[in-house]
Amino acid sequence: MTANEQVAIDHGLKKDEYAKICKLLKRTPNITELGIFSAMWNEHCSYKSSRLHLKKLPTKGKQVIQGPGENAGVIDIGDDDAIVFKIESHNHPSFIEPYQGAATGVGGIMRDVFTMGARPIANLNSIHFGSPQHKKTKNLLRGVVHGIGGYGNCMGVPTVAGQTNFDSSYNGNILVNAMTLGLVKKDKIFYSKAAGLNKPVIYVGSKTGRDGIHGASMASASFDEKIEEKKPTVQVGDPFTEKLLLEACLELMAGDSIIAIQDMGAAGLTSSSIEMASKGNLGIEINLNKVPCREAKMTPYEIMLSESQERMLIVLESGKEEQAKKIFDKWNLDFAVIGKTTKSKKIELYFNDEQVADIPVNTLVENSPMYDRKWKKTKLPKKNKIKKEDLKNLKIIDVLKKILANPNVCSKEWIWQQYDHTVMGDTIQKPGGDSGVVRVHGTDKAVAASVDSSAVYCWAHPLTGGKQVVCESFRNLISVGAKPIAITNCLNFGSPENEENMGEFVECVQGIGEAAEYLKFPVVSGNVSFYNQTKDEGIKPTPSIGGVGLIKDYKKMITMNLKKVDNIILVIGKTEGHIDQSLFARNILDEKNGPPPEINLFNEKNNGETLLKLINSNLVQSAHDVSVGGIITAVSKMCIKGNKGINLKKPKYLINEIEYFFAEDQGRYIIEITKKDLKKVTDILNKNAVHFDELGTVNENELFINEKTKVTIDELKTSNTSWLTTYMSK
Amino acid sequence: MKSSVITFPGSNCDRDMDVALKKFGFKNKMVWHDDTELPKSDLVVLPGGFSYGDYLRCGSMASKSKIMKSVMNFANSGGMVMGICNGFQILVETGLVPGVLLRNKYLEFICKNVFVKIKNKKNTFFKNIDNDVLEFHIAHNEGNYFCTKDQLKEIEDNEQVAINYCDKDGKTEEQFNPNGSIKNIAGIFNKEKNVLGMMPHPERMIDLSLSGEDGSLFFNNLINNLK
Repeated sequence: MTANEQVAIDHGLKKDEYAKICKLLKRTPNITELGIFSAMWNEHCSYKSSRLHLKKLPTKGKQVIQGPGENAGVIDIGDDDAIVFKIESHNHPSFIEPYQGAATGVGGIMRDVFTMGARPIANLNSIHFGSPQHKKTKNLLRGVVHGIGGYGNCMGVPTVAGQTNFDSSYNGNILVNAMTLGLVKKDKIFYSKAAGLNKPVIYVGSKTGRDGIHGASMASASFDEKIEEKKPTVQVGDPFTEKLLLEACLELMAGDSIIAIQDMGAAGLTSSSIEMASKGNLGIEINLNKVPCREAKMTPYEIMLSESQERMLIVLESGKEEQAKKIFDKWNLDFAVIGKTTKSKKIELYFNDEQVADIPVNTLVENSPMYDRKWKKTKLPKKNKIKKEDLKNLKIIDVLKKILANPNVCSKEWIWQQYDHTVMGDTIQKPGGDSGVVRVHGTDKAVAASVDSSAVYCWAHPLTGGKQVVCESFRNLISVGAKPIAITNCLNFGSPENEENMGEFVECVQGIGEAAEYLKFPVVSGNVSFYNQTKDEGIKPTPSIGGVGLIKDYKKMITMNLKKVDNIILVIGKTEGHIDQSLFARNILDEKNGPPPEINLFNEKNNGETLLKLINSNLVQSAHDVSVGGIITAVSKMCIKGNKGINLKKPKYLINEIEYFFAEDQGRYIIEITKKDLKKVTDILNKNAVHFDELGTVNENELFINEKTKVTIDELKTSNTSWLTTYMSK
Repeated sequence: MKSSVITFPGSNCDRDMDVALKKFGFKNKMVWHDDTELPKSDLVVLPGGFSYGDYLRCGSMASKSKIMKSVMNFANSGGMVMGICNGFQILVETGLVPGVLLRNKYLEFICKNVFVKIKNKKNTFFKNIDNDVLEFHIAHNEGNYFCTKDQLKEIEDNEQVAINYCDKDGKTEEQFNPNGSIKNIAGIFNKEKNVLGMMPHPERMIDLSLSGEDGSLFFNNLINNLK
């Protein structure tokens, strides 16, 4: 095939982009070169629509060792320990082939982390599906869960937290976001910047096959009715080989022979070699005949664009080849010297003694397109006037049971029981809590991590929604007693070529930036997934935020389970009765309009930091942040988890019972304290100007509301735990 | 007391087992699957994981690896061998313990705490444990123990059943069986009771901050029995 404008368009490039390539090369590219340009210039690899806006995110902080731009972000957790972490999307492939799509998503993010020298210690995931009634949802959910488990379980890395949401806007585009945390010593972090001339370029791991060719381009386009034809673009995962690759790489990294290392993720050998050359301001020469291939007669084009999994590219110190090869032989993995670094600043490929590509590296990277797309601002919707009569007929217990059984609130045990969450022997808070917590092996420290999204809020008002997700992540870490350090974000949106979708992106990013800046909770890594749309219908804007925090003494970790009868329950933060966009409004009143709850960053920070003070002074028995479903939902979950009840009393506010209990005002936490600590706790709250209400006391096994209505915790538990199991077994 | 933990390609509970054995006083050595000789050991452990990816039948590739010849000689001459999870699957494949392990009844991986009832305490693994019921942890996809009727009779006649799934009071009814194993079997011995294969992971229950502490009880008792 020869390259021309039509072939370029078939590769997902635009006319003017093709013209730019010809201009940069001062000639027409050949087909291999065109393939390389299309892989580097697609949205997934080039961030051409998002770069301009991502620059505005705060990425620096006292504890940040490495921000965005590397394989993953790195933060300092003291004693020369560092945590490497990142979240990444695998949405498009997971919709086409849920098992492999999700599995390779997990495999890919773990590779990003161990490429930097860190041993993965925890996995998380954020997954979004269409309406439970949609015909594809059940199979997609099952496939994705099996895929995540299949890969993570085999790797022996615990999956410690996650979130699962359902909304009809994902009917044609599910979201699978996978996050990994790894542990490394500060002086053993590896980067992807090549250095030195004539250094050997090494290929290790699995052989290259024809799977996943154009995966990154596929992930940069919308879906249409021909989507089934795209199955061959989905990569196939082999977690066993990745486990061997992990051990082999860590063994090699213990020595000092690696100059740079980069995993072959999206756009495979193309992006890994170009990225290393670009960062090192060098050229790379590769003999494609030396690349280990799984199939016969693969062309240079196929070799360069394959997205076969479990492969790494390494620039080694000269003379260390034999020593390195021994390690990969021990683990039964391919090891091949395929090229060398050069001073040409070009990517030069040879096949059968002929040059098949000759491209200046800067044309692929610095000169890649960047767009300032048109976007539309979203106005803050007007408040709804909820009629008091509508609320009068509602029975609070019935509403509560419905909310606890709502697919977005119910227990996700069916899912996380299929993930090994205890392997490595350091998981001290399992899935189902506010954050997953793992100990830093052999120390008193523990790392907490959570992943959150609030698509409904982001859809109603992207700026507020963007702030809210960051705050929610902050709260989830505080609730377990962790000091929030930094976040990673996975930005899932519709088409950037649509002004409204682009506007959602721009304003969510702005909101994320504002909150991250204020809370000193910088963004250290992330990824953007656009084109989550089928034909013209896009998903709700869904930024997923992965937060990481540190607990200095793991024995001080807090869970949400209620602990002891007669203890006192407080709610921290003011309840104004914001019902619009709440789960209650959308699902019980069927009211989908209105603004999301307002975010007051001062209160968020003050409430959170004060609670952390209480926790560190050993004054808190259990804690849980208030999120969807409001106070009563949060309290019910604490009851269910702790197998205890509570006598609940609405304070004498002007708002009514329903508003008080189901409102989704932000910046709130429920805490359990002992009677003897009450004065100490309220003194500290008052001193810090933190609003709180006393909600009631813990009892044996019933939820009493204002002394008149009651329900047993067992009944609430049944509502909360049965929906998903029943749904999946039907 | 000296112990050895075998690492196969794809083992992933080898470190956890090493941590647990050392915590309770064993001098443990990690042994590579490609080695031919076992170090001098009072206990050999085949850890959990996905040896060789479990792409063939679980444990079958590992059962043919070089080190297994020495492990089998060691077991056949009375040495203490314990296989946990994938290690149990490997033991079954070598024939050191009878039966097979099928996919879980509901075709899903299960990770959770379970209770097991100790069926036979007349052996080095379980003697002197006061409790009849232990809380252990399982994490597997193929733990559905199965054997023929004749085998089952032989196993029962020889008192080879080590532990059964049960509830916290020790009731071994079908509803407390997480994976569909025959007679709620969670672990079995060879005839001589020096080889134990079981699905639950005691090494994940060695700290109150983790899932629980019945694993500590098990390891403490084991090292005392071996002394």
